Amino acid sequence: MAGCRLWVSLLLAAALASSATAVWPWPQYIQTYHRRYTLYPNNFQFRYHAASAAQAGCVVLDEAFRRYRNLLFGSGSWPRPSFSRKQLILGKNVLVVSVITAECNEFPNLESVENYTLTINDDQCLLVSETVWGALRGLETFSQLVWKSAEGTFFINKTKIKDFPRFPHRGILLDTSRHYLPLSSILDTLDVMAYNKFNVFHWHLVDDSSFPYESFTFPELTRKGSYNPVTHIYTAQDVKEVIEYARLRGIRVLAEFDTPGHTLSWGPGVPGLLTPCYSGSRPSGTFGPVNPSLNSTYDFMSTFFLEISSVFPDFYLHLGGDEVDFTCWRSNPNIEAFMKKKGFSDFKQLESFYIQTLLDIVSDYDKGYVVWQEVFDNKVKVRPDTIIQVWREEIPVDYMKEMEEITKAGFRALLSAPWYLNRVTYGPDWKDMYKVEPLAFHGTSEQKGLVIGGEACMWGEYVDSTNLVPRLWPRAGAIAERLWSSNLTTNMDFAFKRLSHFRCEMLRRGVQAQPISVGYCEQEFEQT
Amino acid sequence: MRPSPHRTPELLLALLALAAQASAQQTPALWPWPRSVKVSPELLNIAPENFLISHGPNSTADPSCSLLQEAFRRYYNYIFGFYKRHHGPANFQGGAQLEQLQVSITLQSQCDSFPTVSSDESYSLLVQGPVAFLKANRVWGALRGLETFSQLVYQDSYGAFTINKSIITDSPRFAHRGILIDTSRHYLPVKTILKTLDAMAFNKFNVLHWHIVDDQSFPYQSTAFPELSNKGSYSLSHVYTPRDVQMVLEYARFQGIRVIPEFDTPGHTQSWGKGQKDLLTPCYIEKKETERVGPINPTLNTTYTFFNTFFNEISSVFPDEFIHLGGDEVDFQCWSSNPNIQDFMQKKGFGKNFKRLESFYIKNILDIITSLKKGSIVWQEVFDDKVELQPDTVVEVWKNENYLAKLEEVTFSGFKAILSAPWYLDIISYGQDWKKYYTVEPLKFDGSVKQKQLVIGGEACLWGEYVDATNLIPRLWPRASAVGERLWSPETVIDIDDAYSRLVRHRCRMVSRGIAAQPLYTGHCGH
Repeated sequence: MAGCRLWVSLLLAAALASSATAVWPWPQYIQTYHRRYTLYPNNFQFRYHAASAAQAGCVVLDEAFRRYRNLLFGSGSWPRPSFSRKQLILGKNVLVVSVITAECNEFPNLESVENYTLTINDDQCLLVSETVWGALRGLETFSQLVWKSAEGTFFINKTKIKDFPRFPHRGILLDTSRHYLPLSSILDTLDVMAYNKFNVFHWHLVDDSSFPYESFTFPELTRKGSYNPVTHIYTAQDVKEVIEYARLRGIRVLAEFDTPGHTLSWGPGVPGLLTPCYSGSRPSGTFGPVNPSLNSTYDFMSTFFLEISSVFPDFYLHLGGDEVDFTCWRSNPNIEAFMKKKGFSDFKQLESFYIQTLLDIVSDYDKGYVVWQEVFDNKVKVRPDTIIQVWREEIPVDYMKEMEEITKAGFRALLSAPWYLNRVTYGPDWKDMYKVEPLAFHGTSEQKGLVIGGEACMWGEYVDSTNLVPRLWPRAGAIAERLWSSNLTTNMDFAFKRLSHFRCEMLRRGVQAQPISVGYCEQEFEQT
Repeated sequence: MRPSPHRTPELLLALLALAAQASAQQTPALWPWPRSVKVSPELLNIAPENFLISHGPNSTADPSCSLLQEAFRRYYNYIFGFYKRHHGPANFQGGAQLEQLQVSITLQSQCDSFPTVSSDESYSLLVQGPVAFLKANRVWGALRGLETFSQLVYQDSYGAFTINKSIITDSPRFAHRGILIDTSRHYLPVKTILKTLDAMAFNKFNVLHWHIVDDQSFPYQSTAFPELSNKGSYSLSHVYTPRDVQMVLEYARFQGIRVIPEFDTPGHTQSWGKGQKDLLTPCYIEKKETERVGPINPTLNTTYTFFNTFFNEISSVFPDEFIHLGGDEVDFQCWSSNPNIQDFMQKKGFGKNFKRLESFYIKNILDIITSLKKGSIVWQEVFDDKVELQPDTVVEVWKNENYLAKLEEVTFSGFKAILSAPWYLDIISYGQDWKKYYTVEPLKFDGSVKQKQLVIGGEACLWGEYVDATNLIPRLWPRASAVGERLWSPETVIDIDDAYSRLVRHRCRMVSRGIAAQPLYTGHCGH
């Protein structure tokens, strides 16, 4: 076995047990020892195990090896340590990586297994996982275990970790409609998501305010609906780049095209799509939600979502469905006539009609879908495999009650209600988010099994690239740990210590993560 | 709502955009709004390669005044620099041109001085072709006027620079317009402080209140007592060397900004204890001395000897005529536990009234400052606890409940006051809280004209418990801008919708000048 060889430090007595407490999110099973080994930046390498299903050429891991080498030691060159002959025989600094199935060219999905085991001892330095996605999580943990002494020597302690996520869906929502986010902000966020073991980027691409997604079937959407059709858009190339950048970090991209509400920016590019609002007997010149009474609406959606289904490889699409305002529909006589014809007595039925038709369209493209909770609340008939995202804290019921009801009805649920990071208050609000227990509702174990995870949401009304990063990190980290770590990982003091440390580690990696209390980091953020 | 769709060819769109620009120029996005503004619809074009900011022929300042030379260069860059990288020189020229801005200082320029609380910041601006005139009594007014001039210039959709003919006369409503930064709870790199000074100048703030030390850390490197920062800073790289301080002072001076250092005592001093033996009071539990220490020990002569030397250094390092002495939130628990303090109280006849001990201490410190020919600023507790103040002591009101009544009380007693209570920007909340800061009227209390004149200004405070270099800039700007206008503009400037539309554009301008000011609300900047 091509075991890893690490330099056993002669300074065992000085070993710091605290080094392991830097790990975030906390692994399911971890044992660390005082015994420590030296890592020499110049010699250190990641290597595939001979029996690994993935070998050199596996782009996901090749790229990850390079990334983590840089994160650990920087990209500069290090002086070669002068070894005695005996030490040379002892071998190299290697982390051996072995995966059971190679999915190097595939996309991660909801079912991807992210388990890994990491063994650092006298005989081995080994990372084993079922998939490359698990290996990515293990590499992140490995990078957090390495620490640097005051003299600049790198160490890792003897460690045994068996780790796996508690929930398979751990997401961050970014809103690129209220404010446009430059591509670099999105890519940087994906990097930090990987540091926190998040695995879903929920991309709320468009909304009332602007339509930055450049559609190749309907280019007028961005031409007329974006803030600026040259600079404030995401081209097909941009989207591809985001998807691939995310894939290389084991992150799924869940695209949201929210309808029938939140669609004002669609209107200018697709005449007739939105409902004209009436004042008295005349159109007032303003527009409401998507017009559900016209066949042309469904023709459009059919073509549009055909494009979306092929652009975004993830099995799931997010179809929105939240906050539909009925006043405009109510004002419009054609809608009224349509309702009468259909025998609808209530606008919820009209909403249901629209959403059901849309869901059928998307189902035909072999896609699954996620919707906001209103779709469930308004009793739209949805496919049994629909995922319902809970975002309202109290209405119509407390969010935990809502989780209970959704799972009782047999649907899978995603929690984001307590995790609206765009909302800010004074003080360490990460603690409240950390304390949320997603399964603290009455229900069978089967019901609890239907909770597939949660998302931290950063809505964009007051957020753009000037303040996104410090507002997101390390607050989102609290949610990352809640979704990854065991339900027993709840000690606040322990979390505080590790999160403070981890935030400094993020700073060291160049992330503008804000402080959670007074204090300092060895390496502070430097203004550019 | 977004504007309805245009179904027009590109050229027409461009013309429409131009028209939109032209209508926008009716109210230039000036921030803070000047005392008197007359904008004519007549436009002047400016060609960057044929435009110059220079000294007027009768100015008392000339190119030897590096404060102005630097400002000329800075503002030329703010006006044209950013855009030049994105566009070639505009070739669409026609109509009247503006070729020069002449800056004239009429009285002694004060070019090499430091600004003071009584510095004259008034200026007048006459924009006409081909030469515009900026007149000010002192360089300080010229700096403010250059900022205003730079805010008048805008770029049309062809990339051409344009300015309306206009006449502006301006001067600040309040003399003291400050930003408090806290470099103890978190260390702020010098670069971050300099960036903050830049942004302050964009908003016509003129005081950096530097809360430099506190319980958590002592980053100020003292030459007389180097152990204070050696032992009391977070680390040896988390310090401000004399050179760093000099850099901040000079950079601030060049922007017409005073730097008032705060050395808060007798509370908030835990970090001092590490490098200065016996300075803090040992706390007792049941007559036994503990490891814990409390506020400054006011009973020892060595304490006052120390402060004499220390403030002697401070008063020569920091040129401003004021030093902020703190004096807030003194916890009496430790003092009352200590038998030596109790004895001292007895001897002095203070009984059990620790406010008298506090007064005794602060009186001594105030006397030291007076002997150093400096003025003092203190937090309101010092006034509340009836410490005997010097007549020229300035009281800073920071407690949020009934702050207007407190202003009334302080000024009634004849003291000058600074208001910061409603402007604690570290207290964040969701949404447009700038409106809350904007709608404050500092003089809305019962009192004589004379009392109102004693309110010399206010400060936006960004305490550092949850703030460091990662989030300081977006948290401070543009929220502090709301305070900036309240303190500069006439009290009649209160239209919140007008303020919103100007502040949105001012925020974008700050972003284009390299300040990561966060958005007010949904939308986008032109670049």
